[in-house]
Amino acid sequence: MKPATLKTAAALLTLAALLPFSVDAETPEEKGLAIAKEAKARNVGWGDSEASMTMTLRNKAGRETIRKVRSKSLEVQDDGDKGLSIFDEPRDVKGTAFLSFTHIKGNDDQWLYLPALKRVKRISSSNKSGPWMGSEFANEDLTSFEIEKYSYKFLREDEIDGDKVFVSELYPEYKNSGYSKSVSWIDQDHYRVRKIEYFDKQGRLLKVMNFSDFKQYLDKYWRAHKQVMTNEQTGKVTTIDWGEYKFNVGLTDKDFNKSSLKRAK
Amino acid sequence: MANADNTHDNSNTVKFARMVVNNKWTVLFLSLLLSFLATFGASLLEIKTDYRVFFSKDNPQMLAFEDIQDTYDKADNVMFVLTPKDGNVFSKQTLKTIQWATEEGWKTPYVTRVDSITNYQHTWVSPDDEDYMLVGALLCIPNKTADMDSECEHDGVTEEMIDGLNDQQIKDLSEILLNEPQILNRMINPDKTVTAINVTVQPPGDPDIEGLEGEAKAEMQTKVMTAVPEITAFARDLKQRIMDRDPNIEVRMTGVIMMNNAFAETGMNDMLTLTPLMLFIVIPLALFLMLRSIPGTISSVFVIILSITAAMGGAGWLGIFLTGPIFSVPTIVATMAVADSVHLLVTFLQNKRRGMAKDEAMVEAIRINMMPIFLTSVTTIIGFLTMNFSEVPPLRDMGNTVAVGVAWAFFLSVTFLPALMMILPVKSKAREQGESKAMDKLADFVITKRKILLPAMAALSIAIIAFLPKNDLNDEFVKYFDETIDFRVDSDYTADNLTGLYVMLYSIQTGKQDGIHESEFLDTIESFSSFAAQQPEVLHVQSYGDVMKRLNKSMNGDKQDCYNLPKQSLDVGCNAVLNEPDEEGVELDTRIRELTAQYTLMYETSLPRGMDLNNQLNGDKSSTRMQLSLKNISSIEVIALEEKFAQWFKDNASTLEISASSPAIMFSHVGQRNIYSMIQGTAIALVLISFILGIALRSWRLGLLSLIPNIIPMAVAFGIWGMFKGQVGMGLSVVMGMTLGIVVDDTVHFLSKYLRARREKGMDQEEAVRYAFHTVGMALTVTTIVLVLGFLVLGMSHYVMNAEMGIMTAITLAAALIIDFLLLPPLLMLFKKSKKTKPVESVGEKA
Repeated sequence: MKPATLKTAAALLTLAALLPFSVDAETPEEKGLAIAKEAKARNVGWGDSEASMTMTLRNKAGRETIRKVRSKSLEVQDDGDKGLSIFDEPRDVKGTAFLSFTHIKGNDDQWLYLPALKRVKRISSSNKSGPWMGSEFANEDLTSFEIEKYSYKFLREDEIDGDKVFVSELYPEYKNSGYSKSVSWIDQDHYRVRKIEYFDKQGRLLKVMNFSDFKQYLDKYWRAHKQVMTNEQTGKVTTIDWGEYKFNVGLTDKDFNKSSLKRAK
Repeated sequence: MANADNTHDNSNTVKFARMVVNNKWTVLFLSLLLSFLATFGASLLEIKTDYRVFFSKDNPQMLAFEDIQDTYDKADNVMFVLTPKDGNVFSKQTLKTIQWATEEGWKTPYVTRVDSITNYQHTWVSPDDEDYMLVGALLCIPNKTADMDSECEHDGVTEEMIDGLNDQQIKDLSEILLNEPQILNRMINPDKTVTAINVTVQPPGDPDIEGLEGEAKAEMQTKVMTAVPEITAFARDLKQRIMDRDPNIEVRMTGVIMMNNAFAETGMNDMLTLTPLMLFIVIPLALFLMLRSIPGTISSVFVIILSITAAMGGAGWLGIFLTGPIFSVPTIVATMAVADSVHLLVTFLQNKRRGMAKDEAMVEAIRINMMPIFLTSVTTIIGFLTMNFSEVPPLRDMGNTVAVGVAWAFFLSVTFLPALMMILPVKSKAREQGESKAMDKLADFVITKRKILLPAMAALSIAIIAFLPKNDLNDEFVKYFDETIDFRVDSDYTADNLTGLYVMLYSIQTGKQDGIHESEFLDTIESFSSFAAQQPEVLHVQSYGDVMKRLNKSMNGDKQDCYNLPKQSLDVGCNAVLNEPDEEGVELDTRIRELTAQYTLMYETSLPRGMDLNNQLNGDKSSTRMQLSLKNISSIEVIALEEKFAQWFKDNASTLEISASSPAIMFSHVGQRNIYSMIQGTAIALVLISFILGIALRSWRLGLLSLIPNIIPMAVAFGIWGMFKGQVGMGLSVVMGMTLGIVVDDTVHFLSKYLRARREKGMDQEEAVRYAFHTVGMALTVTTIVLVLGFLVLGMSHYVMNAEMGIMTAITLAAALIIDFLLLPPLLMLFKKSKKTKPVESVGEKA
């Protein structure tokens, strides 16, 4: 927990820099970056976690499809996190497991274990903009947040549900993003992302994600238990409901490699 | 008694006429004010650039189509068809242009997907690691094969990368495309000379307005209205930029959006070119020739213009949208309004030339004409109102709008017109009565030759009507536009050289989650796909089976033998693990289904935005959409094909739920239903009009007899159409109802004069016929000429629906006049033969 303490201290300093009297001294770009850094800082040091989620896909005609996935995550310092998702539903893909090493720079590494074939397949992952399991979430919406992936611009202060928020624009710095920019609403009390608007390459609003049902874990880390992604262009909606998170369940690198994929059930 | 009635009616009419004449300024002012009020509604008019307006909200094919659109991605598109002049799609320069244009396509407003040969997402395995499946755009294939960590995506392909391709690589890429059933005959032709870039868009539509309020609603309405013009403007600009960038490329544009735009634009251009032609050349000229009076011509033109603006305003008040058929309203109303003015003014000017005082001449003109003008307006309105029987909302709207215009023309003809004529100076000079002599000669001819005329005319009519069955119902939406319209030309070119704009969408539903992964289901769509592909009308079949075959191959180390459905490929050793018994004892079929589902999942996870499977699979993978591209075939053929396929599914896959629709299917069905509902509507109108005639003429017998000159012209016109053209679409189906109301006018005028001669003047049949010819013969001839000319102007429309309607109406009206002159009189003389000896007829008493 030592690095985390250090980071918290750094964060406090950053926060001090954000105090109103110093705002004028910063450019919007600097302020946007500072907010991102603070948000990241407040989410550092959680180690590893486990949670299950239910994903509900609703099309324009109102018909719904349910997917159930268990997900394991391992925090990686100075690079993207590692993730393992195991599908429980739909039944025909039960046991299919998806392993990803996200990277700050370059392609992520992705593998998929197909239980019917009893084989691990590596898949090309230059594609970040594609939908995740046919949902409105793109692959890039679900990978871990890393400061270096974006450049920032603070826009204004605002309110969401009575909470004060910072509103900033984020411009993807990695290749093959499906977005020209996104706008995020981060609350000032806890630096939690409350809402993100995604704009397509033509600058038109594409999707809106709302976060809610926040819970705090380990007295520090906030997790939204509901994420609703609305595609403003097609009218399709995907909702993710997260179950209880478990932290410090003892996951290590060994749980996130190709052979662990086959074992994951 | 009859006379008493007459004088009673007339005395009211005279009172009214005097009121108008004495208060000319007030009448003028009030009628203008009312016209302006009516016209103000035009500010509420909105142009509709969506072909879906041709379908009522409960149209079953439309509902099926909307459901397919909502379940999968919408299929609205702009298709750019690129033809390199050097005949080679696979030159580096052309590939660069396609790649560039594909990425530019992503900037189209409301774009959700762009497909071209350069961003086609191929699957293959890395040569080093057969468990590394690569998914990527065509032009990324050489790059990714060389470098496993390549970040190449379709939008990242550079000119240098294309320049770096060697001949062998280009050849390999072209082989990949020509061997891919999803691409061949859809995105590229087998000769590699024509290729397409298909931009799928999702413009907002009326359903998006539902539930919105206030400002948000107004904003969305504007968006709905401007979306198609906005997309079209972008597409046209892109077309120009492609050609500027690469003069070697010919660019054509087709697709649903271009069709929507053509509907709106062609109609609009019609209104802008044909209406002025009507208003400022044809009508003034015709009026002047008939009236020989400049003030009369000017006043009539005002009546016509005000009737048109009031009609369009009325459409606005009624909440009618501007659509193709509505743009024909000005021409039709102008034509109809001429007759009212002419009848009144001819009498007025005649009276004046005979030396009557101006006031008296007008009062007398109103007295004589009020009833016939009213009656003909009513029958005409009934005729146009029959369009409400139509299945097609814009045709209903057109009928109602014209009805408003005709009503308004009547109103103005008896208020505004006389008032204005009283204000304008009217010179009168004596004029020779040459025309009536011609008519007298015609009357003599008809009377003396009646014994020959009757059978001859009857035989001729029957001979022509015999061609009526040669008409086929056909509603091909590409052919709604003539060959001067780019959309038509480009769509025909595309159908001839690449793929069809007419598609059939089949949503094949298993009803259970992941049902599409059952091998039995895949077998079914596979055999349907090959059955469909065997049909000569079918150019291309898009089937998920083809995707699965390619996936199966890539998942088995790209072994060509494995290019098959997972189950079938087991025999040649693909997916070998399935040949081993399962330790948990799961059945083979289940294991194949799971494998297939997992392949889909894997592929789905690898596709970039806008290239996903949502256009072929629904969310829970219980159904798939197949798209069949057809040649440009007639709607009868479309329906026949649809039935053939329905039968196939009944025989081969009775447990699946099939829903089939598409614009082509929708237009085919609505055309069919429309004609039957219009026939029904016309029949009702015929009965109603005969009834009205019976009352007006105070003779049931004549009311019945009038059916003959009212029906035969329609039948003859359709017979002539069958001889020369033989294709009946939506536009023609309304001609019957519409012409009925006009044809009746001629009959009314002729019969009423005939009856007046018999009843009031005690003439015998021959004399009465002569009298009818003498009094109304010339007026009928002249008004028919105006009507025929007016509808021929409409016949010049580039919007074939309106043009055919115009030409057909012109034919019907010409036929009606000939029949009124050559067949009706011999008939009249025939039926009364037994009573020839009696000088005074008893028809009047029958009323």
